[in-house]
Amino acid sequence: MNAKVISIYAADTSGVCSALYELGGMTVVHDASGCNSTYATHDEPRWYDRKSMIYISALTEADAVMGNDSKFIRDVAKAAGELSPKFIAICGSPMPAMTGFDYSAAAEEIERETGLTTFFVDTNGTHSYLQGAEGAFLNIAKLFCREGKEKQANSVNIIGATPLDFSVNTSVSSIKKWLLDNGFSVQSCFAMDSSLDEISTAPQAAVSLVISSDGIAVAKYLFDTYGVPYVVGVPVGKSFSKKLSADLKRAVSEGVCINSCGEKAVENAHMIVAGESVFASSLGAELGAKTVATVGIRNSEVLSGTDIFCEEEAELEKLFSQHKTVIADPLFRPICKVASFVSLPHVAFSGRCFLKDIPDLIDKDVSKKLNL
Amino acid sequence: MIKESGINITKAAFPAPFESGLEYNPPTRGVWNIVHTGMLIPESRQIFVCAQGCLRGVILTAAEMNAMDRMSWVTVSEQDLYDGTMEQDVIDGVRDIINRLEEKPKCVLIFLSCVHLFAGCDFKMIIDELSALFPQVHFIDCYMTPTMRKSISPDSLMRKQLYEPLEKCEKKPKTAAIIGCDRATDEASELVKIINSAGFELLDITKCKTYEEYLSMAESSLNITYIPTAKPSGEELEKRLGTKHLYLPLCYGYDEIEGNYSRLCTQLGVKTPDFSADREAADKALANALEIVENMPIAVDYTALPRPLDFCRLLAEKGFNVKRCYADSFSEEERADFEWLKAHCHDLEILPTVNVKMEFSQCEEKYLAIGQKAAFFCQTDNFVDIVAGGGGYGFEGIKRLAELMAEGAVNKKDRRKVIQHKGWGCESCL
Repeated sequence: MNAKVISIYAADTSGVCSALYELGGMTVVHDASGCNSTYATHDEPRWYDRKSMIYISALTEADAVMGNDSKFIRDVAKAAGELSPKFIAICGSPMPAMTGFDYSAAAEEIERETGLTTFFVDTNGTHSYLQGAEGAFLNIAKLFCREGKEKQANSVNIIGATPLDFSVNTSVSSIKKWLLDNGFSVQSCFAMDSSLDEISTAPQAAVSLVISSDGIAVAKYLFDTYGVPYVVGVPVGKSFSKKLSADLKRAVSEGVCINSCGEKAVENAHMIVAGESVFASSLGAELGAKTVATVGIRNSEVLSGTDIFCEEEAELEKLFSQHKTVIADPLFRPICKVASFVSLPHVAFSGRCFLKDIPDLIDKDVSKKLNL
Repeated sequence: MIKESGINITKAAFPAPFESGLEYNPPTRGVWNIVHTGMLIPESRQIFVCAQGCLRGVILTAAEMNAMDRMSWVTVSEQDLYDGTMEQDVIDGVRDIINRLEEKPKCVLIFLSCVHLFAGCDFKMIIDELSALFPQVHFIDCYMTPTMRKSISPDSLMRKQLYEPLEKCEKKPKTAAIIGCDRATDEASELVKIINSAGFELLDITKCKTYEEYLSMAESSLNITYIPTAKPSGEELEKRLGTKHLYLPLCYGYDEIEGNYSRLCTQLGVKTPDFSADREAADKALANALEIVENMPIAVDYTALPRPLDFCRLLAEKGFNVKRCYADSFSEEERADFEWLKAHCHDLEILPTVNVKMEFSQCEEKYLAIGQKAAFFCQTDNFVDIVAGGGGYGFEGIKRLAELMAEGAVNKKDRRKVIQHKGWGCESCL
């Protein structure tokens, strides 16, 4: 894949760090140095204001060539001894992938040395943030979620909240408010403004709301293991949020899983929304527009038959030229020369470039917010 | 409470006072990276070929400096790591990008990454093939190899490759160039004044507006470097183009500064001027600053000035209360200053910037910081916002630093905003 002028999405390692940021653990990326500055500068708007133990191993050429795994294990254990995290997560960049670093063995060794729950997330810097965040969320659910005494009626797990998709504006708190306004309560939020203890009670929820495709694997796990059904969609706009609320109620009463954003009628085929599949698809449903998922993998659980998955710049340029209105991150604008371009910044694509301009579309009049 | 990991200079080892380990990344973004530096070549385009995680940082560096029209990329996928097609993937990707550009660039900087070097990728073959496909384009082999921590740094290597297109040509006898600096050297510095008054034209990549103007830097008969990471550039050009190279390190000891000027004047064939007035002017500026700063504790970091210990020594000699120096390691050039401080400045603490415990460091006292990292760790809005010497040099540079210290001690800056601006002096969309 190549691009002459557009940006690139945040990578799997950033997804791991972002997903685990607020949970009190220590996350270590086995990397030389690029991953930490990239993540901390462009992918993590919380970095300046809120501390989190996110580090790199500072891999050297000698360690890469000689396979000095014991140094990695020793350094992680030493830092954990000094900082006392709640858990340790390790993941990796391209170089350790080439040398065949054994993360599973390293995690076991670190856990034995520190006595702290330690897990690895399978990353190598070549995949998108969605894959990394998905792996991180799934590990947290498997290792920390426990079945409680009883189900909490109408309580909801929000799954897939990271600043990469929802920035640090009011979007996540608006989702919580919207749930409360619709007769629900919040059981947990994977993983913004929720503690590890709150997240561990996720099996007690009546339903899960998946707001990003990186949350689908956890939602499935909670359904398969604890019988918590899930609904996929972001409550953007007035009309789609109403449908989503009804679907959540149906999921609770019937125990079924529903892909709300995949069920839509395309009334405005001249309009296309680009971005992460759940968000873009939800916004597409609100506007009756088509969706093109520009990151991750084609996910049949999210996208409808009329939706498209496309990551290639040249193909996207052609696709955009076939539509009158394109709603996308501003860094897609250079390949959108004909259509009317509606700017909708997405941290996972443009980092902090347009952070101030990211709107909160939750339960709002989207046409008004986006000046459509 | 987690105790930060500073060490008193009397107990510190040289040149590496701290054990290596996991690393933290403080939110100070002023130091230039290889993208900022590469952009100094006028009318060039950069194409990075690496994994998504590595691409993200460099692409957004360009985006933040409003330079996406000069930046392209090719991903290395998981499969590419193992299937033996690395060279062909680079060639195919770069060819496709150039073919899709409306206007062909005059120069393309191709950046390969650690995985390419580890796999033994034949970069020369790639450059040869692409040069044959696009004879009107000059391709430069560039490297984004952060694993190279023990040999030449990516920053130093970038500054070396920055002049790769310069070709051997007839020298202009009255022409000199400053090599490897991110920013223009202060016109008021003695360095620039000596060169100008000797009748030499001074070339500098930071002033080049066109690619042709940049190429004409090959005509220089004397190349000067003064930033340590630029030294290999000067040495390389001396070897390749036969251009005399003078390394006149950016320093703060008065005698060393004069020594540098003496070497420069000898090379230019002019009499070394008397610097008494310049020394006095620097002394006066420092005395004025001291009157304002008084006994306020001072912290200096390694990103502000290439030789932080040298500057700490100057401050201590002139009566300032210098208490902290933030640096993870030191260059050999600073050994004498380290020994002097060890003997004369027993209260000086050396603090790391990447140690994990630094994330939780607290600072009770109100500091005047020299540099962004010092400002961040000392949690002070009273700071001198400067990176890599800021273009200052010699006695005039010291004078300017003293003035900035006086100003910084009195006026607060918006620390959160200032230190997060990526690439000091670069345009920013933030």
